[in-house]
Amino acid sequence: MIRLRSTILFCLLAILVIMLFAIDLSVGSVSIPLGDVVAALTGGECPPATAKIVVHIRLIKAVVAVIAGASLTVSGIQMQTLFRNPLAGPYVLGISSGASLGVALFILGAPIAGMSGLISSFGIAGAAWAGAAIVLAVIAAVGHRIKDIMVILILGMMFSSGVGAVVQILQYLSADESLKSFVIWTMGSLGDVTASQLWILVPAIIAGFVLAVLTIKPLNMLLFGEEYAVTMGLDIKKSRVLIFFSTTLLAGSVTAFCGPIGFIGLAMPHVTRMLFDNSDHRVLLPATMLTGASVMLLCDIVSKLFVLPVNAITALFGIPVVVWVVLHNNRS
Amino acid sequence: MIRLTDFSIGYGSRMLICGANTEFSAGKLTALIGRNGSGKSTLLRAIAGLNNRYSGAIYAGGTDISTLKPSQIARTLAFVTTERIRIPNMRCGDIVAMGRAPYTNWIGALTDADRKIACESLDAVGMAGYRERTMDTMSDGECQRIMIARALAQDTPVILLDEPTSFLDMPGRYELAGLLGRLAHDRGKCIVFSTHELDIALRMCDNVALVADGTIYNMTASEMESSDVLDRLFGSADSCYRK
Repeated sequence: MIRLRSTILFCLLAILVIMLFAIDLSVGSVSIPLGDVVAALTGGECPPATAKIVVHIRLIKAVVAVIAGASLTVSGIQMQTLFRNPLAGPYVLGISSGASLGVALFILGAPIAGMSGLISSFGIAGAAWAGAAIVLAVIAAVGHRIKDIMVILILGMMFSSGVGAVVQILQYLSADESLKSFVIWTMGSLGDVTASQLWILVPAIIAGFVLAVLTIKPLNMLLFGEEYAVTMGLDIKKSRVLIFFSTTLLAGSVTAFCGPIGFIGLAMPHVTRMLFDNSDHRVLLPATMLTGASVMLLCDIVSKLFVLPVNAITALFGIPVVVWVVLHNNRS
Repeated sequence: MIRLTDFSIGYGSRMLICGANTEFSAGKLTALIGRNGSGKSTLLRAIAGLNNRYSGAIYAGGTDISTLKPSQIARTLAFVTTERIRIPNMRCGDIVAMGRAPYTNWIGALTDADRKIACESLDAVGMAGYRERTMDTMSDGECQRIMIARALAQDTPVILLDEPTSFLDMPGRYELAGLLGRLAHDRGKCIVFSTHELDIALRMCDNVALVADGTIYNMTASEMESSDVLDRLFGSADSCYRK
């Protein structure tokens, strides 16, 4: 019964992702008919300008949207299960704060230190990734010593706030121009990734997903809490580090290239759990990749239609879901 | 089955148990009793491998558990904690099947044998009809039985339970003790559970282990009842209870 439901849902979601992917390619400043989109992708007959827009601009962006949506929700589900907290998301460990500190130091700090002209999108991504990786190193070191997972959660939140304060100081001290490019980074963008950057982003994400698959059994055991998980034979420290690594690769890489994209990673795991009526990560992980990807595509389509930053759309979409989760938990 | 030698444990400078030597045998149901804060839970958690800040040694079937990896401990003993577990969107059948985790492969795929053991475990606690239910619509006592079934599915020679009767109503407590007794006698398991129910400990268990005075008084239930240990330690509270 539940198995049939899952199979049907998987098929429907896969179709949905493909449909939204095609629509995402056709929507934009120039609207391109779906027929031409298909022609451009398959090398069929269509105007060369159209083919160029579809293949060189929109295709990359749509691929990035799929990657971002899938990565953030997988990371979100890992954090929610690990911390047994429905309000945990990919950024609870301070990954986005670490990334934004890296970017802030790079965009805002470099001119202050008298080194301007360094600013390129590659450099921004590198700085964000370095920031996220440093956070991971700190969290992994702490996670190895501290027994109580709640302490790690609180440390992560405090760490985020502390880093946020440093970023604010940098913002306050920096020039208008660099401040604007930093603020735009914080709004998130799927469109700034170039084809050459995909060569870095995609392997990092694939590595993150491979590690995520290895965390499936630990995550299922962690549904019972860390104590039960240990008595069922889980090597808790190894599993934590594995989950932290996977989450940082996924959420950290996406944040590095697209900026901090909020709420998708927090809201979609709940939607997926509800849709599939299941808590088994063997189902949830692939399922949430599909729901995350489809919602990210949807948000991208909406953001293109109304020419708005994508982060605003994901927040407007995600907040009602989170509110619903809180109210639902309160009731039961 | 479980043997403690020169076992001491405590928190900081406050020692709860000092240099205890005792044994919990296979095929017996042992009740662990003692006042609040006497160290019952601490002792159970140490045996389960959740607290390794003790001195002395704990042997399970002749092997020092501190030399075992978590996966090996998980095949030796199962633990039911006091924590109330409610996993949304997870069927009881799947929860019980998670007890097979120490035996399943890297992704936790169940074999037919695993499924059979999970079914039998649900049957053993009288919850066969709950396989497709989720815990949010079940009572505390029913959830408790599911967690015990999960421990059974772990198929270990030793099962430890920390205050398993605390969420249950009066008949439920006796039913549970009866169930644990049958599991110990029929399957030869070594079952140790902590409880505040003196009556259940003395009437329904084979052995009673009293944690008090920094040591463990472990004897058969009838020996415990006829000895003066209970009177001496529980003092007036116990004499009131017995009247």
